[in-house]
Amino acid sequence: MTDTTSIMTKKRSYGGLSTGTVAPWVICTAILLVLPYVFQSNSALTIMNQMAITIVFALAYNMLLGQGGMLSFGHAVYMGMGGFMCMHVMNWVEYQNIPLPLPLLPVVGGLFGMGMATIIGSFSTRTAGTVFAMISLGIGELIAASSVIVVAFFGGEEGVSGDRTYGLPVFGYEFLTKIEVYYLTAGWLVLSALLMYLFSRTPVGRMANAVRDNPERAQFLGYSARWVRFYSFCASGFFAGVAGGLFAINFEILTEENLNLVTSGSILLITFLGGVGFFFGPIIGAIVFTLLQSVLSLQTELWQLYVGALFVLTVMYFPGGLAGVIMMHVAPYKLGKLGTLVVPYFKTVLPAAIGILGLASFCEIMFHFKHAAVGENDMSLFGIEFSTHSPLPWIVIVGVTLVCFWIAKRNSAELRETWGNANVLSSPKEGGAQ
Amino acid sequence: MTAALELEGLRKSFGKTEIIRGVDLSIGKGERHAIIGPNGAGKSTLFNLITGRFPQTSGHVRLHGHDLAGKAPFEINRMGLSRSFQITNIFPKMTVFENVRCSLLWSMGYKYSFWNMVSKSRALNEGAEEILEQINLTSRRDLPAGVLSYAEQRALEIGITIAGGADVIMLDEPTAGMSNTETDYIVGLIEKVTEGKTLIMVEHDMGVVFGLCDRISVLVYGEIVATGEPEAVRADQAVQEAYLGAALEAEH
Repeated sequence: MTDTTSIMTKKRSYGGLSTGTVAPWVICTAILLVLPYVFQSNSALTIMNQMAITIVFALAYNMLLGQGGMLSFGHAVYMGMGGFMCMHVMNWVEYQNIPLPLPLLPVVGGLFGMGMATIIGSFSTRTAGTVFAMISLGIGELIAASSVIVVAFFGGEEGVSGDRTYGLPVFGYEFLTKIEVYYLTAGWLVLSALLMYLFSRTPVGRMANAVRDNPERAQFLGYSARWVRFYSFCASGFFAGVAGGLFAINFEILTEENLNLVTSGSILLITFLGGVGFFFGPIIGAIVFTLLQSVLSLQTELWQLYVGALFVLTVMYFPGGLAGVIMMHVAPYKLGKLGTLVVPYFKTVLPAAIGILGLASFCEIMFHFKHAAVGENDMSLFGIEFSTHSPLPWIVIVGVTLVCFWIAKRNSAELRETWGNANVLSSPKEGGAQ
Repeated sequence: MTAALELEGLRKSFGKTEIIRGVDLSIGKGERHAIIGPNGAGKSTLFNLITGRFPQTSGHVRLHGHDLAGKAPFEINRMGLSRSFQITNIFPKMTVFENVRCSLLWSMGYKYSFWNMVSKSRALNEGAEEILEQINLTSRRDLPAGVLSYAEQRALEIGITIAGGADVIMLDEPTAGMSNTETDYIVGLIEKVTEGKTLIMVEHDMGVVFGLCDRISVLVYGEIVATGEPEAVRADQAVQEAYLGAALEAEH
């Protein structure tokens, strides 16, 4: 599924189809088909739809960031514009009786997103670095500001809404229920992810990596770095637009929120959190982020603080993201030394995890102490009820946190050593580096 | 017969400093030509002018009779000129095999295709394997290029440079910073892969130049003071004064 795995598993791989590359796709598709039988509630379906849309968007974003080395601060524009267009088309279908089946609506979003990307990419992809980032930021702000100016298209502050069920029924499905929408979204997820993966295997997709690594070298191989970036940008715009179309179908409303810099920023965060270096990185990022957003936000008001901290820690200590952390274990696995890591992990990661929970508890109790209504002294954490005005919970939390971090720190040396041993003979970085 | 590469009155100034001060040079098809000269003579600048990395201040560069003025590096490359760099210039995060395969894409006519799978093309993959074989890096094919040893990276860069099938190959100090064994290895490699092609190289190592090249030009302070066959250049009084004397003395 990634450069490294396929390379490590087969001696003479051309990055083509093999059991190693096909299996993850089959398994993931099967999981997508079965998921609604496991999580049947309406809210679970909503979360899963949201997840699928975010995955498509994050993968599209990673075509720029991970594959092409372009850092965009305004990618919500292409998803949002695609989504708005789909909302309008959905309404035209309703009022003018245009025979456009709903499942094809994301194509409209994709084409519109790609059209936008063609216009903006024509001048923004001249260079990659700071100039590209700044232009993307400016365009992002510009379009978001337009949403209250060009009311005819963006619907002003209340946005544009519609009803997906007034279209043509497709094979008897009218997409009234969440489950029908789920399968529509999941189908588009698999199709877009597959197409994006295949794109990365085409000549222009390969050259996107080359231009990312060394634009000058690419030029001396006969490729214009600018055109390579432009093609990646358009393709990314297309799939972002598809994600916008899926959003329109799912939520039946688009507002300024879908275009603004917050959305652009969070897709960067999601992609980076998942890992930009691997194709499946953004998928993990989107799943984790959506879960944090929907599940954690029900538990605590401070969830954004935790997500922010997670992001900072990922950038600082695991620049490869969650996918990078997973792929780090491929080498020990190949050497058959994965087992040696279990005990040190248990001894370091478990106390660290408890310590982190302790730290979070401290934030929670502090927040409650400062912001709860007067007289409301009781709160509950992990199912335990206590009063924030008695010293005992404070002492327990601080004590547990400190002790756990101390244990984790003490054991981390052992983990580091075991980790080093588990990678010996494997890592090419150690053998060939100058 | 038109020369493979022809320079006419080529000049380059950076601000008020004139680095290349009127270079005229004609290099025939299939010739192996070396450009030598002391540090700061402008050898690399000359290379960069020819390959469109910088625009020239005045003068002409002609590749197979076509003027290269105003052409971007990728356009010059498509006209059949390929180069390596003094500082290793490869794709460090991609595998060795991917490096070579990418360098074949344009010449095999794939252009900006997004409807072909690179893994499906036998010609492409076999071509890349063949080049790996030529540069003796088959055993390294699946490693990220950035982790190779220095000599291997230089070999890979030469592989990338010749892969596109360009008939004019320019190498900028291919043996810089190498041990004797490594130098011998790279020289052998250059000899092998540039068979029948026009080779233009900048080099510091005299042994390499005299053994490998048909003709030598000596560049001193932006001007060519001598051009000719190795023996003639070695005997040239002006050259000995300007450069070789110092270099030969240093060797003793």
